[in-house]
Amino acid sequence: MAEKVIYAMYDDDDVLKDGAKMLVAKGVKVSEVFSPFPIHGIDPIIGVKNTRLGIAAFLFGITGTFLATYGMRFFMITDWPINIGGKPNGTYLENMLAFIPVTFEFTVLCAAHGMAITYLLRNKMVPGMPAQNPDPRTTDDKFVIELRASENAQFSVDELLSMLKQTGIIEIDQKEIN
Amino acid sequence: MAVGVLFTVLGIIMNMGDHHLGQRILAGGLINGFYFFAIGLGALFFLALQYATETGWYASVKRVIEAVAGFLPMGMGVLGLVLLIITLMDGAHIYLWMDSEVTTPGSHHYDAIIHGKTAYLNKGFFWVRTLAYFSVYFIFLRGFKNRSLREDREGGTEIHFTNYRKAAVFLVFFAVFSSASAWDWIMSIDVHWFSTLFGWYTFAGFWCCTMTVLVMLTLYLKKQGYLPNVNASHIHDLGKWTFATSFLWSYMWFSQYMLIWYANIPEEVIPYMNRIENYKLLYFGMFFINFAFPMVILMSRDAKRNAGILTFVGTIILIGHWLDIYVMVQAPSMGSEGKLGLIEIGMALLMAGLFIRTILTNLTKAPLTPVNHPFLDESIHHEI
Repeated sequence: MAEKVIYAMYDDDDVLKDGAKMLVAKGVKVSEVFSPFPIHGIDPIIGVKNTRLGIAAFLFGITGTFLATYGMRFFMITDWPINIGGKPNGTYLENMLAFIPVTFEFTVLCAAHGMAITYLLRNKMVPGMPAQNPDPRTTDDKFVIELRASENAQFSVDELLSMLKQTGIIEIDQKEIN
Repeated sequence: MAVGVLFTVLGIIMNMGDHHLGQRILAGGLINGFYFFAIGLGALFFLALQYATETGWYASVKRVIEAVAGFLPMGMGVLGLVLLIITLMDGAHIYLWMDSEVTTPGSHHYDAIIHGKTAYLNKGFFWVRTLAYFSVYFIFLRGFKNRSLREDREGGTEIHFTNYRKAAVFLVFFAVFSSASAWDWIMSIDVHWFSTLFGWYTFAGFWCCTMTVLVMLTLYLKKQGYLPNVNASHIHDLGKWTFATSFLWSYMWFSQYMLIWYANIPEEVIPYMNRIENYKLLYFGMFFINFAFPMVILMSRDAKRNAGILTFVGTIILIGHWLDIYVMVQAPSMGSEGKLGLIEIGMALLMAGLFIRTILTNLTKAPLTPVNHPFLDESIHHEI
């Protein structure tokens, strides 16, 4: 079923923030905000949940730690023990210190790459994917609030439009998306 | 403080007749004198860092930082007194190089290696350096403090820019002096040994203590209702500093340890052998509690905003870094004779009492909100 979506454009992030605050106070659900840069303090206003990217980063990091430990144990102890500087690789624990920097680096590598890839996939922003934002100008100097009629069933579209018009918008647009 | 006096006296009475007693008391004085002096110094450094980087968020807690830095004169007094007694006793078996027996060729205890270091390590130059550190720290502390109070009365941005310039100059002095003073006061106890990293290692340790003290003091004052401008974001920032400096310290500890372990050069390894033989549990234990506890507990965002967790971790960090200084001083000076008993703990409590008393008195001397600080408004609306 086609859905009615309203896009209201602003040219100042503070005006947008005040507008969003007003809309939310009246019970309107703001489904999305598009902006060329992160707007400070917008998340709690429009009710974005705390990101879980940190948890993902932790899991990727743990994976890296285990992979590095397992890999080095296999390379340096099991498969091909070498005597480096009078420190024979007899057991992993005795040579633990030498392996810590590598473990650390691999942990950071896994966490960083894992986070970046997760972020791109989750936001459907992998290079080459179609853009999600409604107007190319939101990558430049304009800010857009998106309201969905289905999420604001208690208001009619006209009511939503008139509420938006009180908030200092510079343009307003309606679309039907599937 | 009274408990500290009691413990110290009890400890001294109990250990009467032990001929290491005098050395133990002086080592205890050095440990505690340096530990609390360094916390004050860390606060002065942190204040200068905020000035030099023109940071905004800290304005609400600025007077707390200044109060902790205000312990410096007292700390200098105690540390200076301990150093003076040690010097008058020819090193008192703590600074071996102060003993003329060791550096006179032909004498029974002659040590050629120490003799080779007399150009730097001699009583006269040691005191020239010590007084230079003290006076520079004192002059800058007084300057920052006076200007801070003048700013409250006069306002304007002129004082802000003076602070900015002076702080940059101070940081240059501090960069050299924090390293050199750690070599002089602490590393020279292990007179045969040297480590370029040692100064930064010590510095990272006391910086971490300073941030912990700031967090706990801010939480305490906020709970009493004295800091209305401090919100959860300020606490979060201070918590992040505690977390980050813990890691800085652990990184330094590990770098120093790993390089010496890998190179395995006898003259570098011997102090570590001493630590592993006599202080194994304390040396590795304090690394564990200074690294693992802050890492695991303070990692999440919510933990850095929770007063109970921060106080708990802060207490552990403060004890851990006290043990760090304890091992740094005791291992080389007392070796296998070193003990962690009533004397050390008593002196620590005594100094802690003095420290808390001085800081709380300092807090009463200036209004807790720097009303004309140019970034105060930014700080009040600080949100992360």
